[in-house]
Amino acid sequence: MSTGITKRIIACLDVTKGRVVKGVQFVDLIDAGDPAELAHLHATSGADEIVLLDITATSDARPILIDVVRRTARQLFVPFTVGGGVRTLEDAAALFDAGADKISINSAAIKAPEIITEIAERFGSQAVIIAIDAKRKTGAEVTAEGTVPAEVYLAGGRTATGRDAVEWAREAENRGAGEILLTSMDCDGTRAGFDCPLTAAVARAVNIPVIASGGAGTGEHFVDVFKAGCADAALAASIFHFGIHDVRELKAGLQRAGIPVRLPC
Amino acid sequence: MITLIDYKAGNLTSVRKAFAYLGVESEVTDDPERVRDAQALVLPGVGHFCTTERLATSGVRDAVREAIGRGTPFLGICVGMQWQFAGSTESPETAGLGLFEGACERFQTSLKVPHVGWNQIGRTQEGAESRLLEGVPDESFVYFTHSYRAPVVAGVAAVTSYGETFAACVERENVFGTQFHPEKSGDMGLRMLKNFCDYAAERRAR
Repeated sequence: MSTGITKRIIACLDVTKGRVVKGVQFVDLIDAGDPAELAHLHATSGADEIVLLDITATSDARPILIDVVRRTARQLFVPFTVGGGVRTLEDAAALFDAGADKISINSAAIKAPEIITEIAERFGSQAVIIAIDAKRKTGAEVTAEGTVPAEVYLAGGRTATGRDAVEWAREAENRGAGEILLTSMDCDGTRAGFDCPLTAAVARAVNIPVIASGGAGTGEHFVDVFKAGCADAALAASIFHFGIHDVRELKAGLQRAGIPVRLPC
Repeated sequence: MITLIDYKAGNLTSVRKAFAYLGVESEVTDDPERVRDAQALVLPGVGHFCTTERLATSGVRDAVREAIGRGTPFLGICVGMQWQFAGSTESPETAGLGLFEGACERFQTSLKVPHVGWNQIGRTQEGAESRLLEGVPDESFVYFTHSYRAPVVAGVAAVTSYGETFAACVERENVFGTQFHPEKSGDMGLRMLKNFCDYAAERRAR
């Protein structure tokens, strides 16, 4: 039965020093343009949502660039998520004030998970996305129960935590997170497809939307992550920036494959 | 001038930004006097229904009632629309305005809750001539994020389905409400906000 709700295509802007960059497996960054211009371009070409991640805020131990957020938000009328370096309720409040609709927290939530509840109580669960960067344990395969042993990493993939990704997603939901943004570090930047088994394992474990990230390369990959991966939304960066995929074209392909999408958009 | 009612829940920036884009000035207040004298009122809202309790204790609730009675255009968004109903099971002790019958309830569905994302709206018979939806085709996509939904009762102008059918828009004379976020719903959402501003401007000109 049709639920009515559509699967979301999210364009992600990885930002450092005020510029959008693109890396392969979190390193080797190249310049991809101005965040405000790119966000507007993606929104008008059919992206359902925009995510801006300040990928070096945590590792540089500095706050996120508020003026970049404000400038990007100004003419953006689709949901806008900002993440990177959000540590406190005040950090989150400043981002909402600058025009973010949701904030994404990664490292700070692992270190002090109370922050999830604090922000959710003040701004609502819908405003809190927990970002999980996960790497499959060496040689890890799908278990009989359908879970995938994967470890959570922090600070843009630099620090291992010993935490299990599925278990952490469940805890984040219980603490008030409204969505999970799951990035497969194994697949990120490879353009070889999403980690569908891992995405499905997380999606089955929680009752909140799961956004799959890492590995988008072709339209077929999106079909897979929505079907086999049970994802509610899929996020990609480089394939949109460099014009390999037109979002509308991608959505038309998804629609042909029987996946409900926002089209026309 | 649009007066946005601040009740310290969630953030008003996105809504202000949308009005600024439309070239309409807005102010933010929690002062009942300014609410009473407003040219047009908008109550944005996210989060828990109990936060609307603040509207009653601060005197804003009575001011809104008075303004509506005098014909002031009033738009409620998300929890702001739910507040126009009698109440919500999310916070049974908190009374809504009771402009529309019935209480909001949590989705009774096996689907994921919250209902987050883009979904389609369709006019009800009553909503055929909706002022808010002027120029907005049926089946347009709008952005939702909520766990509680309002019942389909008299005054509901458009509905949406997510496991069950619920109120997406309400409209009765000068009172309008949207469960979705027009400020986040692209061109169609902006069109609705513009319709509201135009209605307010015409009313002032009369």
